Amino acid sequence: MRSMRKLFTAIAAAATLAVATPALANSGATKLEHKEWSWQGMFGQYDKAQLRRGFQVYKEICATCHSMNLVRYRNLMDIGLSEDDVKALAAANEVQDGFDDTGAPKMRAGLPADKLHAPFPNEKAARAANGGALPPDLSLMNKARKSGPDYVYTLLTSYEDPMPEDFHLMDGMNYNPAFPGHQIAMPQMIFDEGVTFADGAPNKKENITADVVAFLNWTAEPELDTRKGMGLKVMIFLAVMTALFYALKRQIWSRIDH
Amino acid sequence: MSAPSNNKVVKWVDDRLPIFTMMKHSAIDYPTPKNLNYWWNFGSLAGLMLVIMILTGLFLAMNYVPHTSMAFDSVERIMRDVNYGWLLRYLHANGASMFFILVYIHIFRGLYYGSYKAPREVLWWLGLVIYLLMMATGFLGYVLPWGQMSFWGATVITNLFSAFPLVGEHIVTWLWGGFSVDNPTLNRFFPLHFVLPFVILGVVVVHVWALHSVKSNNPLGIDMKTPQDSIPFHPYYTIKDLFGIGLFLMFYLAFVFWAPNFFGEPDNYIPANPMVTPPHIVPEWYYLPFYAILRSVPDKLGGVLLMFGAILILFVLPWLDTSKVRSCKFRPIYKWFTILFLVNAFVLGYIGAQPAEGTMLLVGQICTVWYFLHLLVLTPVIGWLEKPKPLPESISSPVVKKSGEAV
Repeated sequence: MRSMRKLFTAIAAAATLAVATPALANSGATKLEHKEWSWQGMFGQYDKAQLRRGFQVYKEICATCHSMNLVRYRNLMDIGLSEDDVKALAAANEVQDGFDDTGAPKMRAGLPADKLHAPFPNEKAARAANGGALPPDLSLMNKARKSGPDYVYTLLTSYEDPMPEDFHLMDGMNYNPAFPGHQIAMPQMIFDEGVTFADGAPNKKENITADVVAFLNWTAEPELDTRKGMGLKVMIFLAVMTALFYALKRQIWSRIDH
Repeated sequence: MSAPSNNKVVKWVDDRLPIFTMMKHSAIDYPTPKNLNYWWNFGSLAGLMLVIMILTGLFLAMNYVPHTSMAFDSVERIMRDVNYGWLLRYLHANGASMFFILVYIHIFRGLYYGSYKAPREVLWWLGLVIYLLMMATGFLGYVLPWGQMSFWGATVITNLFSAFPLVGEHIVTWLWGGFSVDNPTLNRFFPLHFVLPFVILGVVVVHVWALHSVKSNNPLGIDMKTPQDSIPFHPYYTIKDLFGIGLFLMFYLAFVFWAPNFFGEPDNYIPANPMVTPPHIVPEWYYLPFYAILRSVPDKLGGVLLMFGAILILFVLPWLDTSKVRSCKFRPIYKWFTILFLVNAFVLGYIGAQPAEGTMLLVGQICTVWYFLHLLVLTPVIGWLEKPKPLPESISSPVVKKSGEAV
């Protein structure tokens, strides 16, 4: 009983610390902007060109700090990269693969089956390079937050919002009203013309952000296009089948008084 | 007993093991009240859902790794690299919610039409046992992906047992297989989650056995008396069940294909981390009414006892209900209290998802009191005081009259 109470107290305390402490003076809710995404709705699908632009943004900006451990180079062929491009991208980094005959770690060029090259070898290294903060893996980010795509988009575009005068910003933190507690270790990384797209797509910071959010949604739900496509076929099948069952039911039940 | 077919092979087998006779007896000829409405579809739907859960679960288990360092990634491998693994997992995860929706409707149908009353008490008990086993299985399964909610949900729920005096701490250590939720916990939850559905299947068989012995209740709540009151299960209820299955599959698969994470918590896509507590720990939606009862009591042991009591009390419902009339159709007062009981359960569910403080806590306490007041006081008292409407003479008489009017 006592330990139960202790546990609840601990959970409540941890929750308060996690959510409330950085905010202190600021009890306001977090900001969330609702956007229209191409993959929403019954017929929604990814825009492959946008996913490729988003991958470029991830590679040039996000990947300096964030890993993408659940995505493999070969997966990029699904968004339209050629096999040669994928091989070249993978080969740009060396990976350790077993040991040579003397027992020394053996290095080889990356292969399409390898996961996307992570910026840091381990959590300690990542924290050491980022003032103690750990840049989270982005593979599932869009599924791991409420209203994932809108949340990530709002977060990445809210750095320039004016900070309330009485707001107490801690050392090394950045003001961002979309983040719980309104301050975040990650600085603003996306600026107008921060990335130049080969297809000449607009590259204001809003465009760049939308593209990378689309890419992050694909890394979180790579099956989405297949899923929705299959769903339509299954529903049409079921609708016809159910209608036939209903007709048959009426016909069979008409034999008796009921 | 004669074989249900002139086929020689069928006859030969049936003379040695009367399996065809049994099937004909209990799935074809089985006399069923002719007036069952669509609320009677949910039992067979729940049975179908159990089969879907066992089948999808079997194939998921072939690809899942019950180790704290690999469980999360093995689930993501299922989602990404196993052929149609995403479909299996979304069918299974949403299937759990569907199973509870179906069973809750099935239970409420039993409450409304008095299906728990004599001679169906044992049938009702077996149903409650299935429900309890489902709660345990659902909890165990939610732990397996080893996300943040898995880990912290497991921590909070297993800790409930520590409320019991003397043995509490030992029970918790025994459940964990150590001194915190860790690899031994995950290692035992996986085989338990795998085997319990087969226990459920066994109890379902006995549940159906009991049903076939006492026969189905019906919306009028009166017994079948003459052959005119019943119709053979096949083809009348086989086709009606198939139609229901079609409608249900459309509802179920709409979630699977277009909102597969509707019933899930985003936090469970973050790998379990014992060092970071999520800001708001909530159990799966189907436990929420009982979670609200638990939290409405300031004393932990009291809360735990009340929570378990809320389900256990349903076992004596057949004797708490003093009315001779089964169906609420003929109970003008109790009908509204039964509906209010349902509304109360919804409110409790809503409260269970909110932080337990201020008004929410108070509303939760009022609803908890009402839950027990309804079962322990109102149900017996209304049974004594209420004057039920006159019952029809037989199942077929109002049916025949109604169809006569329509002509």
